[in-house]
Amino acid sequence: MGEAVHEVTVDRRGLLSWMPALTVGAFMLPIGAGLIGTLLPAFGYLPAIGGSEFGLDPWRRLFAYPGFATSVTVTLVTGVVTALLAVGIAFGFCAWAHDWRWFRRIGAWLAPILSTPHSAIAIGFAFLVAPSGWIARALSPWLTGWVLPPDIATVHDPRGLALVFGLLLKEVPYLVLMIVGALQQVPARQHLAIAHALGYSRAAAWIKVILPQIYPQIRLPVYAVIAFSLSVVDVALILGPSNPPPLAVLAVRWFTDADIQFYFPAAAAATLLLVLVIAVIAGWFALERVAMTTGRRWIARGGRRGVVAAGARAAAFGFGGLFVLSVLAIVGMGVWSFATEWRFPDAWPPALSLANWMRRLDGLAHPAWITFVVGVLATAIALALVLSCLENESRGRRRTGTGALWLLYVPLLVPQVAFLFGGQVLLVRANFDGTIVAVVWAHLIFVLPYLFLSLADPWRAFDPRYARTAASLGASPARVFWRIKLPILLRPVLIASAVAFAVSVGQYLATVFAGNGRVATLTTDAVTLAAGADRRVIGAYALAQAIFPLVAYIGAAVLPALLYARRRAIAGVS
Amino acid sequence: MSAGALRLADVRIEIGGRELIPPLTLAIEPGECVTVMGPSGCGKSTLLAYIAGTIEPAFRASGGVAIGARDITRLPPEARRIGIQFQDDLLFPHLSVGGNLAFALPAGVRDRGARRQRIEAALAEAELAGFADRDPATLSGGQRARVALMRTLLAEPQALLLDEPFNKLDAQLRNDFRRFVFAHAEQWGLPTLLVTHDANDAQAAGGRVIGLARP
Amino acid sequence: MPVRALAAILVALAVPFAAAAQDFKWSGIVVKAKGQTVNFNAWAGDETTNAFIRWVGEEVGKRYGVKVNHVKLKDTAEAVTRVVAEKAAGRHQDGTVDLVWINGPNFLAMKQQALLFGPFTQLLPNHARVDTTNIRSNVIDFTVPVDGMESPWRRAQIVFVYDGKRVREVPRSVPELLAWAKGHPGRLTHPSIRNFLGSTFLKQALYELAPDAAVLQRPATDDNFAAVTAPMWAWYDELRPHLWRQGRQLPENGPAQRQLLNDGEIDMMISFNPAEAAVAIHAGLLPDSVRTFVFARGTIGNTSFVAIPYNAANKEGAMVVADFLLDPATQAHAQDFRQMGNFSVLDFGKLSAAERKRFDNLPKSPALPTNAELGTTLLEPHPTWMTRIANEWEKRYTK
Repeated sequence: MGEAVHEVTVDRRGLLSWMPALTVGAFMLPIGAGLIGTLLPAFGYLPAIGGSEFGLDPWRRLFAYPGFATSVTVTLVTGVVTALLAVGIAFGFCAWAHDWRWFRRIGAWLAPILSTPHSAIAIGFAFLVAPSGWIARALSPWLTGWVLPPDIATVHDPRGLALVFGLLLKEVPYLVLMIVGALQQVPARQHLAIAHALGYSRAAAWIKVILPQIYPQIRLPVYAVIAFSLSVVDVALILGPSNPPPLAVLAVRWFTDADIQFYFPAAAAATLLLVLVIAVIAGWFALERVAMTTGRRWIARGGRRGVVAAGARAAAFGFGGLFVLSVLAIVGMGVWSFATEWRFPDAWPPALSLANWMRRLDGLAHPAWITFVVGVLATAIALALVLSCLENESRGRRRTGTGALWLLYVPLLVPQVAFLFGGQVLLVRANFDGTIVAVVWAHLIFVLPYLFLSLADPWRAFDPRYARTAASLGASPARVFWRIKLPILLRPVLIASAVAFAVSVGQYLATVFAGNGRVATLTTDAVTLAAGADRRVIGAYALAQAIFPLVAYIGAAVLPALLYARRRAIAGVS
Repeated sequence: MSAGALRLADVRIEIGGRELIPPLTLAIEPGECVTVMGPSGCGKSTLLAYIAGTIEPAFRASGGVAIGARDITRLPPEARRIGIQFQDDLLFPHLSVGGNLAFALPAGVRDRGARRQRIEAALAEAELAGFADRDPATLSGGQRARVALMRTLLAEPQALLLDEPFNKLDAQLRNDFRRFVFAHAEQWGLPTLLVTHDANDAQAAGGRVIGLARP
Repeated sequence: MPVRALAAILVALAVPFAAAAQDFKWSGIVVKAKGQTVNFNAWAGDETTNAFIRWVGEEVGKRYGVKVNHVKLKDTAEAVTRVVAEKAAGRHQDGTVDLVWINGPNFLAMKQQALLFGPFTQLLPNHARVDTTNIRSNVIDFTVPVDGMESPWRRAQIVFVYDGKRVREVPRSVPELLAWAKGHPGRLTHPSIRNFLGSTFLKQALYELAPDAAVLQRPATDDNFAAVTAPMWAWYDELRPHLWRQGRQLPENGPAQRQLLNDGEIDMMISFNPAEAAVAIHAGLLPDSVRTFVFARGTIGNTSFVAIPYNAANKEGAMVVADFLLDPATQAHAQDFRQMGNFSVLDFGKLSAAERKRFDNLPKSPALPTNAELGTTLLEPHPTWMTRIANEWEKRYTK
């Protein structure tokens, strides 16, 4: 009889045990190398273009830029205001809406908005709120008396209000979705029932009982929202102030300046942006601590209703408003793509036709194909890596720690300009820039984390006894994976893939830098065109941009239902 | 038919330095059913996981496991040929009833007709003839439990582990299913180890009972 | 310095051979070009131009087996940056930019940094028909001699497009424009100064307001810049509060400005394409009430070129495309306002009767100015003026 050992279950992982390292390396290496590639020129070092000595000259040039102070202020104000509003609206809305029956299906409602690239929504929003935009047209001249559009700055306004709104359109639904996910980890319903029984209003109960429980899980997504709002480029190009622009746009503008010497202040601007993001997140963290102590005292005072309910109602209104704006933004661009002409103050184009689409199909076909190929490749690679990691985890029966979660969030927390430029220099060095492979890799940096985050929970929630049962029936780990786990988890796998695909479709800066301008996707073309081309053309691109991920989502929802039409337990319809 | 007795030699399990299962040496003869009784959390299920080869790495376990002359202590779970039945039926939701049974049937049975015949026979034995194409989700709890046991048996195990398999059934079904399980275990000549906290289960099993206290 | 060496070799090769050898050379280039894919880096903010480039791609594909990949740029400087980055990374061959739509400051930058291949225009058969006498901008690009380092393909001249329904009297000079803006606050704008059209707006004003415009043909210096531009800044300071959004916000580029005219947010706009109004009406981008005017003392004109970077991977294909752009049939196609409406760079005197007929048969439009109506074409000032104006503007108005 055998020797007594405790490692009776032999290590079954084999090659799989390398996958986490490979996966983390796939996105951490380019980020790390890219950051160094940005930091060095920020301090004057880039021998290839004559910077052979370290110095502070790039910073002096950055500070000497006439609009520097305004640019930093605009960046900070729009970023912080967006984050505060997004968090407030998302939490307030959830507090208000939690008990409604439809709230459980909110994910399905938000999917079309979440899947639409940010730039597409921003483009539509710009038309919606312009002084000559759809809202003004609908109300003119019968209500406003405007025969000509008024001279008011809405889009590109110097204070960045349009930018804040444009960011909220996507960040709020994103946070709501994260909250919904976190809610499933706590016994929310029971706790709320207890709080109700103690006389707390709906919203007060949610804020005082549920919020403190789920906030730790929302923390990283909130930080991602902060980082994104401070460092966004495409949305800022479409909606933000331009003279001076926010810091991220300024950095990109300089990175692409004809005068190569602008690389240095550009690198300094990107580095400063990184510092600002870290500082704001640190400030937010401090704020969390304060809120925790004062919040505990506030909860202990036992107030049952009060301002909370009113605040939650206002947030719910805000959420509804944003939702309607998003839908109108997409619909507006859709209408434009079919319009022959459409002038102020007509609320609707005089004629609709397919002619515009027929004329654009040629031009659309190529970027659409590239978008598709890059999206599918990035998603497939990310899926293979993530599944390997998760399978490795379950075979090793070891859960990845919270440290790994932070690693996953690195691409979402570090400003893109801060590492993409340095990355581009490396790509050019390696003679690798402008290739589809480079673009796929750059997309992978952002696709991987999202795919992992959306697949990890359902995968880990999978009842391990299924696998044990299958093993006791003589199935090898590989057979268990392919025949049992993957089919049962098909739905979450497809949905996570759709999320990943949507993330890839929406990538702007990563495509521009890794593709070195030569790999055009629907998103890069749409942002380029948004600078002023024919709205009918922009409409067609924005709509095509929105349709791609939407089709992926619908596929992810419908395919399992079709495949498992006769398997009630997992068909997704009860 | 029988491969021999299921033998445990000096099996002990501890977690974090705390002893969960004291040294246990035991031989279960073919067709015999031994019951391990104890309150929940005493480590009964962990013992079964150790025997099946699926114990969590957090536990420190030692001791030998063998069936007849075959030492299986170091074998991966799928090579041990030990069937296990949980309190949930755990039918694979994406496969039909017949598909679940086919998954268990050894690949050595190649002929399609023969495979179908074995499945139909198993279903008939479970009084579910003609159910092969049904969705498991459309079956009653008792039917599902019987399918699960037939699935375990079709894999031709050499020993059977029962992890509170009657727990979730209501009183009437529980009696029927107990009879069904023990009759089959005996008929197949399987050494069977049942863990439960219900004295009625132990009584129905009719064999030796080993008590485990809360550690 | 492999670039210089390459250029030197080319010059050395080109000079001794006469025209006969050139035909031979050209056929060799055409043979080599077959199967190449030319990465044509061109500003892509205008859809009619994009469509024209697509058409060019189809035609050279059919005719020469050369593929054209339009690399869509937001700003021509992006292509310059790319070549600079490639040079910095030591990629002296197999560069990724084959052909770039360029002129003015970007041309000067590339020429000065020895980033260009050439001279090559003498190799292009159609280049012989370019008008080099009357259209001075075909040989002097922003005061910089072209020297065969870039090949012309379309002509531009400043015009103003206005909505005839809303504007009765058009201003015919820079001071009159100010007076008009004062009478119609918020109804005039100009593109961002970072955009060439924006800085051209100021250059046009400078031409009329500078004490002596001749100085603009020489580089701006620290000594003369302030004095020469002072009247222009005074004019602009007076104008700015009467611009759209009080001048605090500017459209990013020409098409964005045109969208504002179409949306009714402004009443008139500056354009570099004399056919802009006719083209836009035809494309449904502007109401059919728009018309065109120029200033009485003339407006700035220039020529758009294509150039080939020194490290381009597909130089032969690029030359084939550059030559095709100069084909009389191509030029006539480009001048058709239903296509792109760009005035030709060719000398009609050097065309055959059949070729000239293609131009005569082009459709007419009331929004299209005649050559006579376009009046005097003023030469572009030296690029340093533009650079300094842009920097000075940023200093004054970016707060």
